[in-house]
Amino acid sequence: MQFMLLFSRQGKLRLQKWYTAQPDKLKKKITRELVTTILARKPKMCSFLEWKDMKIVYKRYASLYFCCAIEHDDNELLTLEIIHRYVELLDKYFGSVCELDIIFNFEKAYFMLDELLLGGEVQETSKKNVLKAIAAQDLLQEETDDTKSLLEELGLTG
Amino acid sequence: MPAVKGDGMRGLAVFISDIRNCKSREAEIKRINKELANIRSKFKGDKTLDGYQKKKYVCKLLFIFLLGHDIDFGHMEAVNLLSSNKYTEKQIGYLFISVLVSASSDLMKLVVQSIKNDIVSRNPVHVCLALQCIANIGSRDMAEAFNRDIPKLLVSGDTIDSVKQSAALCLLRLLRTAPDLIQLGEWASRVIHLLNDQHMGVVTAAASLIEALVKRSPEEYKGCVSLAVSRLSRIVTSSYTDLQDYTYYFVPAPWLSVKLLRLLQNYPPPEDPAVRTRLTECLETILNKAQEPPKSKKVQHSNAKNAVLFEAINLIIHMDSDPNLLVRACNQLGQFLSHRETNLRYLALESMCLLATSEFSHEAVKKHQETVINALKTERDVSVRQRAVDLLYAMCDRTNAEDIVAEMLTYLETADYSIREEMVLKVAILAEKYAVDYTWYVDTILNLIRLAGDYVSEEVWYRVIQIVINRDDVQGYAAKTVFEALQAPACHENMVKVGGYILGEFGNLIAGDHRSSPIVQFQLLHSKYHLCIPSTRGLLLSTYVKFINLFPEIKAQIQEILRNDNNIRNPDVEIQQRAIEYLQLTSVTSTDVLATVLEEMPPFPERESSILAKLKKKKPGAAEDPDAAGGKSSPPTVASKPMPEISVNASYQPQGASGGSADLLGLSSSAPPAAAPASNDTGCLVDVFDMLGTGASPTSNGLTAAADENYKSATTPDLEAGPDKIHEFVCRNNGVIFENDLLQIGIKSEYKQNLGRVGMFYGNKTSVPFSNFTAEVSLPGELSSQLMAQAKPVDSQVEAGAQKQQLVNIECVTDFTVPPVLVINFLYNGAQQHMTVKMPVMVNKFLEPAEMDAATFFQRWKNLSAPAQECQKIFKAKPPMDGEQTKSKLLCFGLSILEDVDPNPENFVSAGVLHTRNQQIGVLLRLEPNSQAQMYRLTIRASKDAISTTLCELLESQF
Repeated sequence: MQFMLLFSRQGKLRLQKWYTAQPDKLKKKITRELVTTILARKPKMCSFLEWKDMKIVYKRYASLYFCCAIEHDDNELLTLEIIHRYVELLDKYFGSVCELDIIFNFEKAYFMLDELLLGGEVQETSKKNVLKAIAAQDLLQEETDDTKSLLEELGLTG
Repeated sequence: MPAVKGDGMRGLAVFISDIRNCKSREAEIKRINKELANIRSKFKGDKTLDGYQKKKYVCKLLFIFLLGHDIDFGHMEAVNLLSSNKYTEKQIGYLFISVLVSASSDLMKLVVQSIKNDIVSRNPVHVCLALQCIANIGSRDMAEAFNRDIPKLLVSGDTIDSVKQSAALCLLRLLRTAPDLIQLGEWASRVIHLLNDQHMGVVTAAASLIEALVKRSPEEYKGCVSLAVSRLSRIVTSSYTDLQDYTYYFVPAPWLSVKLLRLLQNYPPPEDPAVRTRLTECLETILNKAQEPPKSKKVQHSNAKNAVLFEAINLIIHMDSDPNLLVRACNQLGQFLSHRETNLRYLALESMCLLATSEFSHEAVKKHQETVINALKTERDVSVRQRAVDLLYAMCDRTNAEDIVAEMLTYLETADYSIREEMVLKVAILAEKYAVDYTWYVDTILNLIRLAGDYVSEEVWYRVIQIVINRDDVQGYAAKTVFEALQAPACHENMVKVGGYILGEFGNLIAGDHRSSPIVQFQLLHSKYHLCIPSTRGLLLSTYVKFINLFPEIKAQIQEILRNDNNIRNPDVEIQQRAIEYLQLTSVTSTDVLATVLEEMPPFPERESSILAKLKKKKPGAAEDPDAAGGKSSPPTVASKPMPEISVNASYQPQGASGGSADLLGLSSSAPPAAAPASNDTGCLVDVFDMLGTGASPTSNGLTAAADENYKSATTPDLEAGPDKIHEFVCRNNGVIFENDLLQIGIKSEYKQNLGRVGMFYGNKTSVPFSNFTAEVSLPGELSSQLMAQAKPVDSQVEAGAQKQQLVNIECVTDFTVPPVLVINFLYNGAQQHMTVKMPVMVNKFLEPAEMDAATFFQRWKNLSAPAQECQKIFKAKPPMDGEQTKSKLLCFGLSILEDVDPNPENFVSAGVLHTRNQQIGVLLRLEPNSQAQMYRLTIRASKDAISTTLCELLESQF
């Protein structure tokens, strides 16, 4: 996979993840053009399209479009299911996820994507394992926060 | 404000809310600028910020960046976070860096240092963070820094599964960035065996890495084939409950299955019969499952199931060896063609395109012609219709060409603008390729111009003219048809061009009919003249002057037009010049001269269709010549009669070359000038013999200098030069190729592109003259169609001690494997002597070196990854290894030496182009000497199948 973009029906970018090094200018150009192209497509159309020299796979979930650019020998249908798995993960974590969750917790959305996909390839397809990894991260956060407050209570921090 | 998960940063949430509440873009920018100023002052202030605050501000910057604003500070604070011992701070630091810090930044050194600390941490979550960062940035520096640690993590028994998964994909990313820096060496086999790992997640990640490694060195990782097959077999035969969370909507491990199926597409069908049977069983099982009722109505179930199915079909097509599987695959895709899911119809059309190129399934694909044509008419999505066009193109052959072309023409009238040009090219190619009756071809192209004139590129109308000129059976028909087409009140400009050109050449063929008498033809053309752009007018002026030659009776009318101020004083210099010159030409010259100058155009040399070239350029890969893979029929030849010696139409040609219609046939760049060979020939001929210092007459005595050199070594008394002898000439063009007690044969040769000039020298070593001396070049078997050789006659008398010369002109039509044979007969002392000698003319003689940079080389190398395109040989060094000699051998073999492409200076990287009459074939080479083992590994990839093998064998004999 070359990149993944999440954007709203209004064309606002909510998340971008690039798996190949590109200059910022080019990233912005690709994003702008691709978002326009996809928003112009009708609902019942095919989820795959050839765009420039890329293969694009996209799907809309409620107000959000999930869009991936994949390699020519990548499997289109399974890319749709990567998107779906990601949506499931977000949904499970946030509890019926909505666009706002992703806006306010964008860093979490990134962390979760890093567990599912790494370097553009599927890393872990098991929903259970990804959620376990994220839960472990949250636990670490709480622990460190706890220690912090404990130390504060004891007056040990400046 | 929704609940914030994990450890909330209240300040961040408030800021995001503020931004969302902004009523206008200006308000948003104002709020952001305020925040940026605030953060900047915090970072600059003397009060040291604690980790939490730093994290919060860095996160705000990240958010601002994601909104699309540029961020030019805060990088240092983010890097500081990396060394925090708090996980959440570290994590935000890493996130900021992977999103915002470019690989070339000066800060990268610090980042790499932090990663170094984390990657050896005892806490696996820290290790994973570090690995994720490497995978996200994947710079060359990182490859350098971690190319030892990561493979170690991957194969170590102590590493936990999640770290292994990250390590595998991290390594993959680095392998893509810096392939030269990643060497697994003795760990290769342990990496392959990760395919057997207990943990499905590890196997999935490892499979991606292994595929990339395999692409780089298939031989080294060959062991993965049997492992992949057995793993795949276990998955497809398992029930969906076996794999627990790796079952996705009742489909067992779809991601891993697809990866394994893809991995196997890098190899030919397994050689081991047991493995092969097992693989066939897997593929059959997958095809069978497609027929079972779905286990769930959810689209996720069918998508995952079909993803595996499509990948299995890809593998079946790739192996292209089992007709039963191919036909089953085709039937399965046929069902999808009328599926209600648009996505499936799209993919089925796409896959079928590949199936159509296999000779086993081509016929099966053709059964679906109706459905595909229907798709073209009814699909609502242009991208699906595009696939249907591609498939029609791929499934077209001689039997259905008329139907398919007719349907495509019909569709063209309403086709989307975005695909019209490509369709026009495709129709033009099919019409030419499968034309049995060239009147049909002419009709089709004229229809194309009528229906989609704006999309008919120059190549298309150039081509129809080339074909009409080369085929005299269609010229009359073409003249009649264009004449009729031009009757339409509104004609496309391209029609005027074709019409003008054809009538100028062949208008006389229809002039007998009073309805198309010379004056009618002329008036018809001239009625369009004023609506045309200058280049077309220039072309029409040429037509007019040709009319003067064809139809002297209308000379006066035409001269009047030429003399008209609109032409003779036209501000367009091209038109003006033509008008003046044509007027002058027709006024001062005799009819004879005029007839010679304005003679009918000579036939064009055969060449690859420029239309095909254009389509290839437009859509590399997708525009494969339908014949190339299917091998159904040989492409029709444009000129079916033998090419006559081309007589130069001296003044017609150069005046055309001054502009306007100069490009009419667009030939100059792609083909040798039609008239050149004859004159060039002599030039080079002289060169060859001048070098010998003997002029063109036979030397009276002794042998050539070049031949002398080898006189001593060539002691074989056999009449037949052994196979080794000919190998001496793979990298050499001159020398003695044969010698016995009577006769010595020397060669001196020169090659340019696909042409060769070979001088043969026959030396009589005896004191008696040879009489009835003949030497002929024989092209045995297939060679007769692959090579053209024309030997000039040689004197029948060879005096005692004298030497005779013979010139052989050679043209490489297509690639070949065996050399031509020289058959020599003469009388010596009344006894008949007969000998056959292999001529050292090998396919590499038509190689010319090509220069390119490393990036281009690797890109092209990657593109030539099909098994048939590559040949690899590992062999022992015969003469001692010597870098300089190797270089000169490669150069003499016809390749370039590309420096600084391979990071290992011991290795050689070369590129070249093999010139044949029909096509140019790219050739890439890597030669890796192993001085310890005294072995070479030679890998050649070429853009045409089987050539790499021929070249590999030739070159191997040289080391």
